[in-house]
Amino acid sequence: MIAEVFNLRKIMIPAILAALTAIFYVNMNNWNHTGDVVIYGINMSHMITVDHFSVAFSGLSILLAAFIFILSHDYYKNEQHHLSDYLSILLFILCGALALFSFSNMAMLFLGIEIVSISLYIMAGSRRFDVRSNEAGFKYFLLGSFASGFLLLGIALIYGTSGSFIMQQISVYAMSGNVSPLFYLGMLLMIIAMLFKVAAVPFHFWSPDVYEGAPALITTLMSTLVKVAVFAAFYRLILLCFTGSFSYAQDILAIVTAATIILGNVVALSQQNVKRLLAYSGISHAGYMLLTLLSINGGNAAALFFYSTTYSLATLGAFTLAIPVFAAMHSEQVDAFNGLGKKHPLMAAMLTISMLSLAGIPPFAGFLGKYYIFSEAIISGQVTLTLIAIINSIIGVYYYFKLILAMYTKPANESIPEPTPAFWLVAGVCVAGGIILGIFPNALITLLQ
Amino acid sequence: MMLLQLLFLPLLASLLIFLSGNKWASRLALGLSIVELVLTWLTYQTFKQGGSEMLTFFQEWITNPKISFHLGMDGLGLIMVALTNFLVPLIILSTFNRNIENSRSYFALISLMQFALIGVFIAMDGMLYYIFWELALIPIYFIALRWGGPNRVPVTLKFFIFTLAGSLLMLFGFIMLYWYNPNHSFDIRELYSNVICSCKQGWLFWLFFLAYAIKIPIIPFHTWQADTYKEAPTQGTMLLSGIMLKMGTYSLIRWLLPILPAGVAEWGPLAITLCVIGIVYASVIAIMQRDLKKLLAYSSVAHVGLISAGIFALNMQGLQGSVVQMVAHGINVVGLFFCADIILNRTQSLNIDGLGGIRNVAPQFNTLFMIVVLGSVALPLTNGFIGEFLLLFGVYAYNTWLSVFAGLTIILGAVYMLRMFQRVMLGNVSDTTSAFQDLMWNERLVLGTIALTIIVTGIYPKPILDLAAPALEVILNKATIK
Repeated sequence: MIAEVFNLRKIMIPAILAALTAIFYVNMNNWNHTGDVVIYGINMSHMITVDHFSVAFSGLSILLAAFIFILSHDYYKNEQHHLSDYLSILLFILCGALALFSFSNMAMLFLGIEIVSISLYIMAGSRRFDVRSNEAGFKYFLLGSFASGFLLLGIALIYGTSGSFIMQQISVYAMSGNVSPLFYLGMLLMIIAMLFKVAAVPFHFWSPDVYEGAPALITTLMSTLVKVAVFAAFYRLILLCFTGSFSYAQDILAIVTAATIILGNVVALSQQNVKRLLAYSGISHAGYMLLTLLSINGGNAAALFFYSTTYSLATLGAFTLAIPVFAAMHSEQVDAFNGLGKKHPLMAAMLTISMLSLAGIPPFAGFLGKYYIFSEAIISGQVTLTLIAIINSIIGVYYYFKLILAMYTKPANESIPEPTPAFWLVAGVCVAGGIILGIFPNALITLLQ
Repeated sequence: MMLLQLLFLPLLASLLIFLSGNKWASRLALGLSIVELVLTWLTYQTFKQGGSEMLTFFQEWITNPKISFHLGMDGLGLIMVALTNFLVPLIILSTFNRNIENSRSYFALISLMQFALIGVFIAMDGMLYYIFWELALIPIYFIALRWGGPNRVPVTLKFFIFTLAGSLLMLFGFIMLYWYNPNHSFDIRELYSNVICSCKQGWLFWLFFLAYAIKIPIIPFHTWQADTYKEAPTQGTMLLSGIMLKMGTYSLIRWLLPILPAGVAEWGPLAITLCVIGIVYASVIAIMQRDLKKLLAYSSVAHVGLISAGIFALNMQGLQGSVVQMVAHGINVVGLFFCADIILNRTQSLNIDGLGGIRNVAPQFNTLFMIVVLGSVALPLTNGFIGEFLLLFGVYAYNTWLSVFAGLTIILGAVYMLRMFQRVMLGNVSDTTSAFQDLMWNERLVLGTIALTIIVTGIYPKPILDLAAPALEVILNKATIK
């Protein structure tokens, strides 16, 4: 914002990117010192603990944030209002996400969730003169604050029974054998709140409306960076805190998982709006990611990390290519993509690869991501759920192919989308990542094992 | 190293063709596919010099799950690769003198397909094999989607989802095999060790069998096939019926029989019965068809039904016959679909009743078409005969009644093929066929090569039999030991 005052718009994004590079470097440096870095708050309250899990996810999210920053310059070129507001809110989201990857205290979890959510309420409603954007922001705000209330109540109940905010001590209490029923109620409330944040069925209703109404770049942000952040937090919460008492919630979570996978895929079939379609696809991907929670052990963090990476790269690639099309056609329907294969073969090919990766077809990275998750689920005995997930990934193919079919079989319309170099850069990196990770996944999958 | 060259040349070719531009794409594709064919010949020589030992290439790839880049080529693999690399240049040559829109993408996809097919035939690691298996689906889907007939969109999507469903079941099966194996490996040597409790093999069998039954296709999993053949462009149909079907039958031999012998023992009888029902059913439907391409599609179902029946007969004659017949069917069906394409291109019609009298105006075409048809109805001294004879012999050794019904294929096959030939080629010239132009140079070359191969391998099939025998013996041993 200081930059805005001095009219330094032009250097803002490069400066932020330089800063992000520095953060990325510092983050990676932490890799070898994990475990040592604990940030204590008042009364030795273990606010943040840096471990391999948090370093890996932080690296991913910094990368995703950098991509979004690169895109935002061109995306907001014609916007009148202050770019700096937007950029600083984006940095807030990244900050919240980093807290979510490394918290070891309930207060930090809540802070992280709220920093991310409140920033997103603003972002979703940031098109002030667009009714749909207003609706999205308002709806998201109302429902989201409800969920935050649940989260807070859950934390309060857990604090009341276990006497601590520190995850380690809560975990010890949960294993002690003398656990108050209110503790389980608290756990359930927290799980529900987290399920809301990751848009799992039946707490998913906000997601398609908000995705559709929000500006496309914010939708991209929500479906990649934010989704990964909240999911990692969910995983971390259960792993560090509730592994001992998790069996009580497992059946509920299994039903939620199955419902999320099925509903996400089936409803996506009938969507004509690309943003809604990707929203429902995101719901179903959340379902696949929930599978890792059901078979939770320290080991399958690697599967979750790999899946998050491939999913966000493919989604980011798809959105990056879709945004210029939306802009050129003034439409967000599937029809907008008609004939892209003839008008712009390279763009169409890249979008096709992103879609195939999302659908989980080898040799693209999405396939291995699904493979790791299914394989982990099978080992831990979730055979029925895995079968449901596999059947649903076949259904998934159908709607991902809707775009591909539109691009290659429908007659072309006139206006030709022209992605700027920034869009080409980001899409190119995402698509290349989707291919390279599909063929050489070793470096990434061994990171957390 | 030889295997790597053999595998990656088509991938390189695909890239080069895509970058070369529409003008040169077809010639470049033809040239590179001939280089690949020469490489295949050199590989064959190396293979023979090495005393028919399996050529292998091994490289660690992914550590968790343990997937290795393990390629291997024995006689069986060599035959399949040779079939692929023999047919692809013919398929490319068949497009000359035709206008193909955006031809660089078209030929790049064909080469990509060739890459994936070779990969399927020489991959010796379950997951690597699976990746190639899926990869083969992508180019053929786009070939059918972009260059196909008017009704292509729903038809190709059905095809894609059908086969993908089967593949995912197979993937599930591979993951189960991986975890049931005490060493946790996808490597074929580990999978062949037969350590899986026979109680689990029953349902594992279905996971694999369904994938292959859809691909082959075995009745009742064939519903995607006839429409897809009809809607795909001719080269796509040739690739599908000539080579891609063989992925299924090859996989039955390589992956299903030796890995799950107890499952095969339990469910094999049902599978072979399905195959034989399929033979009769598809032949009867073929007799009723009025559309030439659909007739050929159903005849193809009948033929591969017999191939699969021979495989499930679990004896040497059946397996030998299936390998010979895979080659024969691959060559014949490509020839037949090419003839159909020539007719369609000249007359704009594939309706059998509306044609006739082509013999009078196109004698060269008539002769070559006749040879291909005779090969396909298994006349002695053509390649179809050896294969069908061995297959029926194998099925007979398994069960007499089944062989009686399977034997109907020869009679019914003769009925629909010869009747089709008579209606299309003989009789009086009709309005649609009066201006029928005889073969052009590339068509003559393609059909001539095919006809020559039909006769040569029909008279002297020994090289194929000798090549396949050692590999099949190994597999048969694994498949029958309890």
